[in-house]
Amino acid sequence: MVKTGIIGIGKMGISHLAILGAHKDVTVAGVCDTSKMMLDAIEKYSPFPCFTDYRKMLDTAKPDAVVVAVPTKFHATMVSELLDRNIHVFVEKPFCLKADEAPALIEKARAKKLVNQVGYHNKFIGTFREVKRMVKAGAIGEIYHFHGQSYGPVVVKTKQESWRTNPEEGGGCLMDYASHIIDLINDILSPVEKVNSSQLKSIFSREVDDAVYAMMELRNKVSGILSVNWSDDTFRKMSTSITLNGSKGKIISDANELKIYFKEKEVPEGYSTGWNVKYVTDLTEPVDYYLRGEEYTAQLDYFVQSVKGTRPNLINTFESAALTDKAISMIRKAQS
Amino acid sequence: MERIIFGDNQFFAVNHISDEKAMAQSIRFKEDAAIIHTLDTARNAGIETFMCTTHERIGNICDIVREQPDKYRGYKMYPCMPYAHKYANAVTELGVTGTLKKFVPGNFFGSMFKGGVAFLSKDYLSIMELLVDSEMKMFKGIDTPVIFLQNVITDLLLGMQMNEVLVAFHEYINKKYNAEAGFITMNMPRLLDALEAGGVKNPIICSSINKVGFRMSGGRELYENTLKTRQFRAIAMQVLAGGAVPAREAIEYVCTLPGIESILFGASSKVNIQETVSLIHQYDKKIFTS
Repeated sequence: MVKTGIIGIGKMGISHLAILGAHKDVTVAGVCDTSKMMLDAIEKYSPFPCFTDYRKMLDTAKPDAVVVAVPTKFHATMVSELLDRNIHVFVEKPFCLKADEAPALIEKARAKKLVNQVGYHNKFIGTFREVKRMVKAGAIGEIYHFHGQSYGPVVVKTKQESWRTNPEEGGGCLMDYASHIIDLINDILSPVEKVNSSQLKSIFSREVDDAVYAMMELRNKVSGILSVNWSDDTFRKMSTSITLNGSKGKIISDANELKIYFKEKEVPEGYSTGWNVKYVTDLTEPVDYYLRGEEYTAQLDYFVQSVKGTRPNLINTFESAALTDKAISMIRKAQS
Repeated sequence: MERIIFGDNQFFAVNHISDEKAMAQSIRFKEDAAIIHTLDTARNAGIETFMCTTHERIGNICDIVREQPDKYRGYKMYPCMPYAHKYANAVTELGVTGTLKKFVPGNFFGSMFKGGVAFLSKDYLSIMELLVDSEMKMFKGIDTPVIFLQNVITDLLLGMQMNEVLVAFHEYINKKYNAEAGFITMNMPRLLDALEAGGVKNPIICSSINKVGFRMSGGRELYENTLKTRQFRAIAMQVLAGGAVPAREAIEYVCTLPGIESILFGASSKVNIQETVSLIHQYDKKIFTS
């Protein structure tokens, strides 16, 4: 059993806690939050030990692994302290508030051989995994353009304030929302190397950006567009998609549906020339416990298995998440 | 419960396989009249039960049903609560106290005693009861023999091992609404274990049941065994697995499984509604006569 603690039981923390609570290889060793309202409910109705001070939780519960789901500004210090104590870390995205905080953490995790993972759950979605497989196999030829998009109804009117609307704490559409699709582009194609121009727009928020538009260039010289807006209430929930144009075809994929067009006769196994449509139902591995999407369980299961040593920790490492932090800071700097 | 129950996903842009289709549905069902028209089509095909989220637009549908008692005589609605987005948005905008103020039934100050005291003393089960009451307000005067807890909440409580809260929901629905509690879940065998451990006998559980094992946590085999060997009232949903299984094959599979009391499905077009209903009748008959 992996003794696991969790720090932060906000929206993501609660979801992680339920998944860990249901995992057959996990003992929830401690739950920590500074807000008493939710913590009291857990203390009253769940069997999990609760703490208001995370250091006390670490001293008392002595977890092997910890899930960190607190506002981004606390990530670097907390993660560093956990690594110092030889604890494996799963931290929510984005990884660090400032891109220069990452190298020391990457080095520390490497030196101490600790499992390190960041919560970019899209990489555990069947459709996007298949997109990556197709791209790596060169199935649509040489890719010359990408369009990464993400839309949803997070801030749809003025007067909504939380840490997510505070730039000092890691709020804003670029950090919170666009980071997902940037990370996916980094992973499927190649890391963002240059941002030609960008626009960060505030629509309803006073302090932060609600929409991000950017022209970017990747390390492999492919260029494309990023278009993200979290104030779009024509979407019921977050919708992330990627479109890739290649010399031999085209891919359009979101979390549910993958559409691939092949120009030529030669196609990968299971596909045919012209349009092909595959659904997440065909591409998703079942999980033992489901909450809001297979990917949330799959990513935590991946973390737990890595801690157990049954598989190497290769997906969503600190190193890959740091590339996304870097792209975020480039987008900020390139504002026209 | 009736053999066939009509669902509401198609009305509220919930589509598990295509964002494009979800948007098309949201355009198609913009007016309440379009929803009523589809419900009437389903009624004409013999479906007299509508299982619906406590989405605010369902309030309008309830108004229409109440206004025409003759037309909707015998019509049943199975509320599923909560419509989570409503609360998520309200908490961001108004905070927890503001949200309670907004959703506690009647005049907040009128029910201040229960609401205020429950809130301050962190009597969570009383808060849960207040929220159930607020969700049930729109169904006043409508026959709601089964009232469901929606899957994200059921499964969240299940994962956090808050079995006591699940049982409390069951008891409250029984006591206050003289109705049966139902639970929607993506983790049916695990939920049944938790409810039985809490002393709930023969619970109503609505879960994904389909030929390809889609959203059947723990696997299809475990689900089939649970249906075969355990005592509960099962409702099968997502029988088409979001379109992965052809209709005939999908219906044949669920109709031949033992222990499934009802089948829940939603559709927009008359053709699809009629086809699904006739397939269910066809396979039920086949099993019955064989």
